[in-house]
Amino acid sequence: MIYARGLVKRFGDFTAVDGIDLEVAPGEAFGFLGPNGAGKSSTMRMIGCVSTPTAGELRILGMDPVREGPAIRARLGVCPQTDNLDPDLTVFENLTTYARYFGIPRAEGRRRATELLEFVQLTEKSGSTVDPLSGGMKRRLSIARAMINEPDLVLLDEPTTGLDPQARHLLWERLFRLKQRGVTLVLTTHYMDEAEQLCDRLVVMDAGKIVAEGSPRHLIETYSTREVVELRFGDDAPATYVEKLAGIGERLDPLPDRLLLYSADGDAAVNEVHRRGFTPSSVLVRRSTLEDVFLILTGRTLVD
Amino acid sequence: MDGTLAVFNRALVSYRRLWQASVFSSFILPVLFVLSIGIGVGGYISDVGGVSYLDWIVPGVLASTAFQMAVGESTFPVLGDFKWVRGFHAMRATPVRIADMISGYQLYIVFRVLIASVVFLGVSALFGAIHSPWVVLTPFVCALLGVAVSAPTSAFAATIENDSYFALLFRFLVIPSTLFAGVFFPVSQLPELLRPLAYASPLWHAVELCRAATLGVAPPWPVAAHVAYLLAWAGLGYLLALRAFRRRLSD
Repeated sequence: MIYARGLVKRFGDFTAVDGIDLEVAPGEAFGFLGPNGAGKSSTMRMIGCVSTPTAGELRILGMDPVREGPAIRARLGVCPQTDNLDPDLTVFENLTTYARYFGIPRAEGRRRATELLEFVQLTEKSGSTVDPLSGGMKRRLSIARAMINEPDLVLLDEPTTGLDPQARHLLWERLFRLKQRGVTLVLTTHYMDEAEQLCDRLVVMDAGKIVAEGSPRHLIETYSTREVVELRFGDDAPATYVEKLAGIGERLDPLPDRLLLYSADGDAAVNEVHRRGFTPSSVLVRRSTLEDVFLILTGRTLVD
Repeated sequence: MDGTLAVFNRALVSYRRLWQASVFSSFILPVLFVLSIGIGVGGYISDVGGVSYLDWIVPGVLASTAFQMAVGESTFPVLGDFKWVRGFHAMRATPVRIADMISGYQLYIVFRVLIASVVFLGVSALFGAIHSPWVVLTPFVCALLGVAVSAPTSAFAATIENDSYFALLFRFLVIPSTLFAGVFFPVSQLPELLRPLAYASPLWHAVELCRAATLGVAPPWPVAAHVAYLLAWAGLGYLLALRAFRRRLSD
């Protein structure tokens, strides 16, 4: 579906995407995980054929995005980071007017709009204008709109940024249904839980480069330990404990407010901390996540 | 062509939702102008070049309504579709081409101008201000004027970041044109030095064509020259819009 080699995007002196290689197969849910400014959206815009690569090779659905942009876009569904729905039109009209952009006949556009509103659970809002809808509803409408041309490939740029937890879960559940239908999904996110929920495979991006690639499980197993212990020591700076706890677990990462201790067996690590005579003010043993992978790979947290 | 019609369709659907907002400026205000200035002021003026002031001013108000509507509809709505609504960005993600965005919107301007012209002409006929069957051509003159000013205005709207530039556009181009391009008094009344400014305005050419048509007389310049001048504005404006939209939507 997507094939990229040495893909570069520069804006003047600034290199947003710095030579990345990608391959996305049909039916896959593929994610770009990284902090703001990592180059995720620039990559998405090149895949969506609205931004011309500065260098490198890019093929979308086997076509050249520069020469065959309209033909590719006819088979893509794009859910942008910033909603660009028509606020004065009704929910239903937003879908039918958009259907016409793809040359879908009126009657067929209405049929698909009805079906898609059902799918994103907005049937009741069909006649309402977009303006009063909640953020989650607007995002669901954007996703319905992206599906109007029955696309082979759906691009979702930070689909749940800015939504409340309940709206996010509803959206994830809908996206999971799409995946089950065999639709190829490509999404960007800076939420590790989103990447874990939705992606079969993902790349971790930082400063325009891909720093790791694999399934969420594979990334965690490769770069992190099975468990992580979060230790807090009241008002003491976590960094001062790095030396004192050296040798416990496989790795220690001091953050401003807590110390992360990577270990295959979290409880055993905690016992060892106590044995050395330290009493943290709070202890949390949890499974390792992509957030930890990102921290280990880049030395920074995802959402700051 | 499909893309152009799809963009036109979207503008029509929006208009169907919001038409009430423009009823006053599109239909009522021009009639009030004719009543107050044509009949009110006209009562003090015997005639202009042998025709009553009301008859003389009707074609001018007709063209200037089209002028203001076409400029107005190409300022905030176009900038808004780049900045706030981002409707052009939404189209950009589909097979719709940039040329379709511009053509589709111009088609909508033509549609709006045609409707407003026909309604205005109907009202003017009730006042007995129409004197020639050539009047049937005036809506098309107004439509051409609409594109001639809407296309370059769209280009301008696609170039700027801040809507305060529109105030300058209205203050220094639209209002002076409306006042001095032969709508309310003949350009021959202007000092000789200023007349070329009126001739440069596309509005003057449309006013003279409309006036010739409603009164059944020949316009000051050959018809082909007036039309060619308006076509040149439309063509050049379209190219400028194409360039401005491309710059704004591609990187």
